[in-house]
Amino acid sequence: MANAETLNTIYELITPFNKKGIELAPETTFATNLELDSLTVMDLVAEIEDEFDIVIPLNLLPDLETIAHVADAVDKIVADNG
Amino acid sequence: MDLFDKFDPIVAQKSALPFTKADPFKVVMDEIISETEAMINGRHTILAGTNNYMGMTFAEEAVEAAKKALDDFGTGTTGSRVLNGTYGGHKALEQTLADFYGMESCMVFSTGYQANLGLISVLAGKDDYLLLDADSHASIYDGAAMGNATVVRFKHNDADSLEKRLRRLPEDAGKLVVVEGIYSMLGDAAPLKELLEVAKKYGAMTLVDEAHSMGFCGENGRGVAEEIGVEHLSDFIVGTFSKSVGTVGGFAVSNHPKFDILRTVCRPYMFTASLPPSVVASATKSIEGIKRAGNRRAHLWENSKRLHAGLKNAGFTMATEKAESPIIAVCLPDLHQATLFWEELILAGVYVNMAAAFATPGGVNLMRASICAQHTSEQIDLIIDRFIKTAEKVDLQLTDVAAE
Repeated sequence: MANAETLNTIYELITPFNKKGIELAPETTFATNLELDSLTVMDLVAEIEDEFDIVIPLNLLPDLETIAHVADAVDKIVADNG
Repeated sequence: MDLFDKFDPIVAQKSALPFTKADPFKVVMDEIISETEAMINGRHTILAGTNNYMGMTFAEEAVEAAKKALDDFGTGTTGSRVLNGTYGGHKALEQTLADFYGMESCMVFSTGYQANLGLISVLAGKDDYLLLDADSHASIYDGAAMGNATVVRFKHNDADSLEKRLRRLPEDAGKLVVVEGIYSMLGDAAPLKELLEVAKKYGAMTLVDEAHSMGFCGENGRGVAEEIGVEHLSDFIVGTFSKSVGTVGGFAVSNHPKFDILRTVCRPYMFTASLPPSVVASATKSIEGIKRAGNRRAHLWENSKRLHAGLKNAGFTMATEKAESPIIAVCLPDLHQATLFWEELILAGVYVNMAAAFATPGGVNLMRASICAQHTSEQIDLIIDRFIKTAEKVDLQLTDVAAE
């Protein structure tokens, strides 16, 4: 389970992309709930990369459907870089 | 379960567009009058969206060479480049391109799409990193998807964003940075010096796609890398014959001593038939012609600046501040108005490309014009005039430039 701090940081980064003001939770999905197209998701990922100073390869994107998925991936990448 | 059900959202999206009198997905050119004019649906139309930048499609020498090749070598090779599909003409074309770029080696592919697909899918392997500009062409993204490298995307034309990502990667890992000279939708040029210098600082190899810049950028028409003087920082240059060269096909040039091995590992090179001899012959003559075409280049730039200035002064919202290429794009506020605009413009006798927000960088709706060296100044003025009249017709609010 992703840590709360990571989740909160990601919520903040999503806010400018959350045009419809959908309430954000770990299980919120990018495609269905937030209605973000794949290009927008990639732009969001770029913001997350710069915030955490990590690389999130495009290869991972198909598996990152919810905010929790992204937070877990971020935590794992940060830990691996340790 | 109908396998086509998954396309329903796209079908719905497409049928929601309010086209009534013309459909941009169903344009048929019934007669090609010249490089710049065609008959479409019985209407005499100025072509301002065909990527025929240097207007080489009817270049006399190229047409003659193609006819002779048809007579001498037949209609096709019926074979792969690595089996029976390499004729003397293919080797001569590769030599012509290597000489044109002042590089050691050249590989000719059957399309530009396959050139990118072939190189990008194999150059960066399983343990390597592929760094792509966010606005990369589909052929680059598809090459990345076909290969096994870890794919990292940086912000469009942003050397800082590229550097941040390069810095985060293992120092000793293999890296390939892929950029384009001119980006095809907005027609914006890349800051190649900054991008390539950063790539080299981190030991990456570099691939520059000059598909939309070959012919008119640089003293010899080799592209943006030539114009800026950074060809020495480009390990691979990829291009196409389907734009300035006026036919179809793709190529890659390089000075890498082991370049030739790619012929036996690039699947999009091997598992398809080679270009027909007539296409090879016309491409060769056209490239020789492009090298000498200083006047055409100058006229193309004049045309591009004239169209950009004309539309800008009329109050259109331009995709780029100034003409950075012969791609001159106008931004429309929404898809509905873009649809109406495109439709009225083609009825008024001007063909441009419509690009909807979901297919463009930054999600803008574009009327994308691409200008030809063979357009006359009068044709450019006609295009501007018809853009203005079309804006009135569809109630597009133009900015009052004089008031600013």
